Amino acid sequence: MTASVRRWAPVAFGALLWWFLYSVNRPFWDWLLFDVIGLDPRSRVGESIHFFCYDVTKITLLLTGIIFVVTVLRSFMSVERTRALLGGRAEGVGNAVAAGLGVVTPFCSCSAVPAFIGFVAAGVPLGVTMSFLIASPMVNEVAIVMLYGLFGWKITALYIGTGLVIATVAGWVIGRFHLERWVEPFVFETKLRGKVIDPSMGLSWDDRLAMGREEVVTILRKIWPYLLVGIGVGAIIHGWVPEQWFADHAVGPLGVPIAVGVGVPLYSNAAGVMPLVQALHDKGMPMGTVLAFMMSVVALSLPEMILLRRVLQPKLIATFVAVVATGIIATGYLFNAVI
Amino acid sequence: MDIKILGSGCAKCEKLEVAARGAVAELGLDAEFEKVTDPAEIASWGVMATPALVVDDDVVLSGRVPSTEDVKQLLTGR
Repeated sequence: MTASVRRWAPVAFGALLWWFLYSVNRPFWDWLLFDVIGLDPRSRVGESIHFFCYDVTKITLLLTGIIFVVTVLRSFMSVERTRALLGGRAEGVGNAVAAGLGVVTPFCSCSAVPAFIGFVAAGVPLGVTMSFLIASPMVNEVAIVMLYGLFGWKITALYIGTGLVIATVAGWVIGRFHLERWVEPFVFETKLRGKVIDPSMGLSWDDRLAMGREEVVTILRKIWPYLLVGIGVGAIIHGWVPEQWFADHAVGPLGVPIAVGVGVPLYSNAAGVMPLVQALHDKGMPMGTVLAFMMSVVALSLPEMILLRRVLQPKLIATFVAVVATGIIATGYLFNAVI
Repeated sequence: MDIKILGSGCAKCEKLEVAARGAVAELGLDAEFEKVTDPAEIASWGVMATPALVVDDDVVLSGRVPSTEDVKQLLTGR
């Protein structure tokens, strides 16, 4: 009894504190910036500074909550369990299952190479493995919660659905091309020795809660520069770019490929890019174009490509980027058509 | 005792090494440390999530950062 009180009381207190801070965020900045400091809410400077302070607080709070809850839930899953679930599955269904598992499995792109070798050497088909590696960064829990907070559940559901479809189809296409010859040969020759340790087993609730807390600190420490730059640029767009500017200066049907072309080389993460997404959309950029931009930033990153070069030949990496980018562009057009 | 830290040099791998060194010191063990950063060699241990800890050619932990206390248990429970 006392042990469980000691375990859960801080969690309950944290949740209450979180809810309180989240509720007072807007009134607090309204009061401090406009009433106390006396900035003009209708001036560009006032609007930009308010956007910046409010957004930094809101996004930091959202991230803290999401990362904690998701890490605790994900501690019940592992890459090892995912591989066992994928073993012996046919392509097609296997691609869809791999995409779904890519979303729920705790996975750091720094482990992409050992995981790739572990999957392929254990007999998981190349295309199925790719579906997992595409879905994992693309359908991102941070993006899910932030999209929900900014645009509501319909956009969020479309994002999750299309992300899963892109990962499934792109992996399937790569499987159909039979590109195993473009995988570095040592991958297939790797003998897996040692017994498999499943990190999700044998953890107590205290361990899982501690993992959640540590992950919040680790991720916030890693992404805060991206977050500040993203929110800063968002705040400038918010204050200085005229209403409907993007709608009036639309480049027509080329908007989506241009957004993806800009997004692929841009290295940021879901938290950093979301304030930008919000500001661009506020100024009239169509939803599909904005989402295609976001997906291309998070799904395809240069550092991950450089890591994967250890196991994939450049031709296969180029195919991977081309197939995923094509999927994202198609999604952009779909969103623009239905919303 | 031969201890290997498997990981591509991310912050978590360093935390694991600190915990492992702490555990070895507290237990007064005599251990050789080695860092394995090559992804292919990491994979050949059957490890898919770094950081991982290998003690005398057995993988004893993977995919998370343990406390010093956890590592002490892993080392003495063998």
